[in-house]
Amino acid sequence: MQALLAAPLLVPLATACLAALFWGRAAAQRAIGMAGSLVLLAVAALLLREVAAGGRIVGQMGGWPAPFGITLVVDAFAAIMLLITGVMAVSVSLYAMASGARERDRAGFQPLLHSLLLGVCGAFVTGDLFNLYVWFEVMLIASFGLLVLERTPAQIDGGLRYVMLNLVGTTFFLMAVGLIYGLAGTLNLADLARLAPGIANQGALAAAGMLLLVAFGAKAAVFPLFNWLPAAYHTASVPVAAIFAALLTKVGVYAIIRVWTLLFAHDVAFFGPVLGAVAVATMVVGVLGAAAHHDVMRILSFHIISQIGYMLVGVALMTPLAIAGSVFYILHHIIVKANLFLLAGAIRREGGSFALARLGGLWVGAPLLGLLFLVPALSLAGLPPLSGFWAKLMVIRGSIEAGANLVAAAALLVGLLTLYSMVKIWNEAFWKPAPEGAALPAPAMGERAASYAPIVALAGITLAIGLWTEPFARLSLVVAGGLLDREGYIAAVLAPGATHLAGVVP
Amino acid sequence: MSGIALALLVGAGGSAAMAFVPARLAAWLGAGLAASLCAFYAAHLGAVSTGAVPAAAFWGVPALDIAGGLRLDGLALLFALLITGIGALVFLYAGSYMAGDARLRRLLVMLGLFMTAMLGAVTADDAILLFIFWELTSLASFFLVGTNHQSPAARKAALQALLVTGGGGLALLAGLVLVAIAAGTTSISGMIAAAPAVLAHPAAEPAMLLVIAGAFAKSAQVPFHFWLPNAMAAPTPVSAYLHSATMVKLGVYLLARFNPLYQGVALWHELLMWAGLATAATGALLALRETDLKRVLAHTTVTGLGTLVMLIGIAPELSATAAVTFLLVHAFYKAALFLVVGIVDHETGSRDGAALGGLGRAMPLTAVAAGLAAFSMAGLPPFVGFVAKELLYEAKLGAGPASDVLIVLGFLINASMVAVAGVLSLRLFLGASRPTPETPHDPHWAMIAGPVLLALLGLAAGSMPALVADLVVEPAVRAILGRPVAVTLKLWHGFNLVLALSAATVLLGVVLFLAWERIVPGLRRAEAIDRFGPARFYERLLAGTISLAERCTGLVQHGHLHGYIATLFAATAIALLGTLAVRGGFDAPAFAFGALDPRALALVAIVVGVLATVLARSVLVAVMAMGLVGFAVSLLFLLFGAPDVAFTQFAVETLLVVILAAALVILPIATRDDRAPRRKLADAAVAILAGAAVTAVLLAVLATPFDPRLGAWFGANSYPAAHGRNVVNVILVDFRALDTLGEIMVLAIAAFAVVALLRRARTGDAR
Repeated sequence: MQALLAAPLLVPLATACLAALFWGRAAAQRAIGMAGSLVLLAVAALLLREVAAGGRIVGQMGGWPAPFGITLVVDAFAAIMLLITGVMAVSVSLYAMASGARERDRAGFQPLLHSLLLGVCGAFVTGDLFNLYVWFEVMLIASFGLLVLERTPAQIDGGLRYVMLNLVGTTFFLMAVGLIYGLAGTLNLADLARLAPGIANQGALAAAGMLLLVAFGAKAAVFPLFNWLPAAYHTASVPVAAIFAALLTKVGVYAIIRVWTLLFAHDVAFFGPVLGAVAVATMVVGVLGAAAHHDVMRILSFHIISQIGYMLVGVALMTPLAIAGSVFYILHHIIVKANLFLLAGAIRREGGSFALARLGGLWVGAPLLGLLFLVPALSLAGLPPLSGFWAKLMVIRGSIEAGANLVAAAALLVGLLTLYSMVKIWNEAFWKPAPEGAALPAPAMGERAASYAPIVALAGITLAIGLWTEPFARLSLVVAGGLLDREGYIAAVLAPGATHLAGVVP
Repeated sequence: MSGIALALLVGAGGSAAMAFVPARLAAWLGAGLAASLCAFYAAHLGAVSTGAVPAAAFWGVPALDIAGGLRLDGLALLFALLITGIGALVFLYAGSYMAGDARLRRLLVMLGLFMTAMLGAVTADDAILLFIFWELTSLASFFLVGTNHQSPAARKAALQALLVTGGGGLALLAGLVLVAIAAGTTSISGMIAAAPAVLAHPAAEPAMLLVIAGAFAKSAQVPFHFWLPNAMAAPTPVSAYLHSATMVKLGVYLLARFNPLYQGVALWHELLMWAGLATAATGALLALRETDLKRVLAHTTVTGLGTLVMLIGIAPELSATAAVTFLLVHAFYKAALFLVVGIVDHETGSRDGAALGGLGRAMPLTAVAAGLAAFSMAGLPPFVGFVAKELLYEAKLGAGPASDVLIVLGFLINASMVAVAGVLSLRLFLGASRPTPETPHDPHWAMIAGPVLLALLGLAAGSMPALVADLVVEPAVRAILGRPVAVTLKLWHGFNLVLALSAATVLLGVVLFLAWERIVPGLRRAEAIDRFGPARFYERLLAGTISLAERCTGLVQHGHLHGYIATLFAATAIALLGTLAVRGGFDAPAFAFGALDPRALALVAIVVGVLATVLARSVLVAVMAMGLVGFAVSLLFLLFGAPDVAFTQFAVETLLVVILAAALVILPIATRDDRAPRRKLADAAVAILAGAAVTAVLLAVLATPFDPRLGAWFGANSYPAAHGRNVVNVILVDFRALDTLGEIMVLAIAAFAVVALLRRARTGDAR
């Protein structure tokens, strides 16, 4: 199993490099990209099998013992995030074989995509705060490249906003790492978790944590730091928007959950209300943005923000059920959100636009698309029995049990507004008669299949989670148990017997 | 798998199958499916009436403590029979009503799924399971109301129905979760068994109110009643099935289901009784303002639902009996009348009650069905409606101090129902025939079968009340009260006060009927009803929410990068200073100016650089000044013993200035600062605040003694373990090589992205 530990880094790294070598040969790049995605999925599945019942795989890179070298840790949380990343990689690789594939690949889509996956996977498996920063940087630069792939003026403009705001956030991250290193003298997360409660100046630690929260929060697109997201996402090409929507903000959420359960669990009295307020504000402001807009891509972008709020409830409350709810929410959301962006692409192909005013008649013209849209759209709104309902139920029950009735009320009301904006898309794009204007020529059969296959698969997963919730709920609870078991994490990483990749250093 | 669980799977599977056969066949398939399910449930009648309660495991999520499970007691069985029985007739009817319509098949599939969801909702013994099916019925209602989705009004009505019932669903979910937490189980029978714990919970009352709110929204109780008449945008079979016979009764079902839990709570009774009465009165009043027969029926449905809620509220045994009997009666006559109005609409092209009349000669069969159903509605003997109305008055008489109000208002409500029944039968079918858009005639038998059968059932039930009492009413009443009770239904109660009230009701009803043509326009002119009704409130709330959303979004996502960056820095400053203020921890290292190292004077260059950057009038100068800051920092590195870092920094700073300057020359970036003075001041404030915040945290960190064990370990192990004398290099390429790999990737990706960008710029844009 130790050999597998580095695979989530090596596979996307190798794929990115290999694809880059085949510059100019789009078909070969696509094949390499697809193969890399499949291998990543397989690796993640193997890792999850090892840790699904709890436990951790720990490796010290280069054989240097913790906390001196860099530690990689895969627990149930990391493994499930890797798995979902694998699923997304395969789905998007498949979708990206459809329309516009050639132009995209000639612009370097495949190497950039797998570089992004490298950053994402690195963030999930690392057990070191500075190393996490490095993966954030990899993600940032790769995502910038992907964002401006088509080099339209809108993309350049959106890309500039994206990169400026994220650079500031990443700089804050680096500053926070420096401050925390100054306080604790270590960067290893387990070591930090061990030392954090004993640091004399808890006020300074909380302030450094706050700076870290700003950095992670900017990445996760929480209120009031989310401006970069609606400014950029709607300009991206569809597969890029899908992978962004699925993974980028979630890495921020992952980092918050990981670091706060390890470093700041002892200070929940201070950070709990802060995170709770941020969560509620993010839910509300995000969904209001979605209610205000009339463009499919923009509506979906604001929904990402709104849903991030739900994912922060767990770490605000720090109870097993609430954290499990957040984890379940992340899983559900990644699948649903990526699918909705892919569907937005399909809607534009069938209907000719992203703007609701120019869409219509799709329920008559493309009923299959309608059904496929309904699954993730209603799931996003939390309607039973789809995955979103169980996610919401866990978050709400967790909030009520922890006495956070305000959070529960906000979660419920935001759900209603989410439903409203999904129905808005449905009413306008599907039910309303098609407005005057020429229908687009139907895409070729092969393209259609390639773009519908991931949509069908992801809708199937959403349905499966909804109808067969037990294993997913159980896994979320295992993850929550692992996250709340700080001592176990510390012991696994810092124990003298912790396993090494290379030989043990004297 | 147990039968009652299998029934749901068969329902879902059968509905899905309908999607793959021709529409005409699908209607038959649906009718057959519903009829066989009805037969299946009917087969349980005997056992359930003797006290058996079949149960089955179904759809649990043990990880979340959701047990799942189905249970078929008297109440569930009564609803299941109504759902499947009326369902069969509606399928038959719809196939003919919408024959040749391209939307028919989708409508039938959705009807089938709706029927299955209803069956799930009424047989669920788990609150979460009940909620799942509950929401599914709302969703089905959305799609069915929007069947005619080309029309904006239908889309609007569908959205309204979904938002109102969906909003109620949210309240219900919150309430159910609260009850589940208090009871320690999501099982409904478990909750009832744990009633003392549920009622003792601190949040018991809010939980109960939330459950009631959910039920009220679904069952169109005041003030949520407005969505139901608008839902009449649906085709008539849908209206008859969802918005009269079944779905809207789900709220009533929920209240009946939870009655054993709450029957000891005074607020429960008061609220249900008065809200039910208000709803019944509102429905009766509004019914007399309409001439569109479908909307008339919708309002009388509201009255019926209000009556049911009121009867559950009046708690004692008699009112539960009255509620169940009325439920049965209402389902029979109201569905029949809806279907009749649909037939009239279909065959004449109009459903305006004021314009239609004398149709009896042209459509005799329809007239008979309408007459039978209307007599039951008016509560005339020997129909079961009479039995129900007698019980209704009896229950109200026994309601204690409130009985006077209940009787008087109930009397008026019932009289208006008599009048409406007259309009729907006598006026519509007797008298001189009037011209209609299409030539009227009796419809295809598939359409008339439903109303005739339902009307006859009303007559049959009235003529053998004892059988109905034993087989259907008693088991349901037992479930509502949570204990066995003696139920006797009879047509003839002897000469007593109740009979006198009945007679007076009919009398007043006849008077109202005769004056109908004058009453309707009179009430129409009362505009206050429209102006202050909750429908207007809904419109305002929706419009207000959208406008709030637009204003909020405009404020937050304003589109100016400058503002976004300011927000980011301001938020950071506030977060840091706020934390230090709340948590304390501000500290600074001891510092003696006398012992200042002269090398630190390099810092002065930083200050100069910063000031120059801030004060520079052109961007180019600012870039150069920033370079000065970088050089000063490098100088510090050099002076304090890190020459390799310093050289790197020198190189980076030099390149940065050169590249930025070049970019400024090439790119169309405004090179002059044209911010307004106020804007500049605000920016300065944000910048100074953010700088001060970081400085404050930094000072506090510096005041903490540093733990140098990492550096010491690297120093000690660099040569012996990693075979390198330059510790920094060893850290970069060995101890923390993974970081370096990542940074190399960053550079490679950046180079790659730039090359890709430039390459595409040269080959031209494909998009």
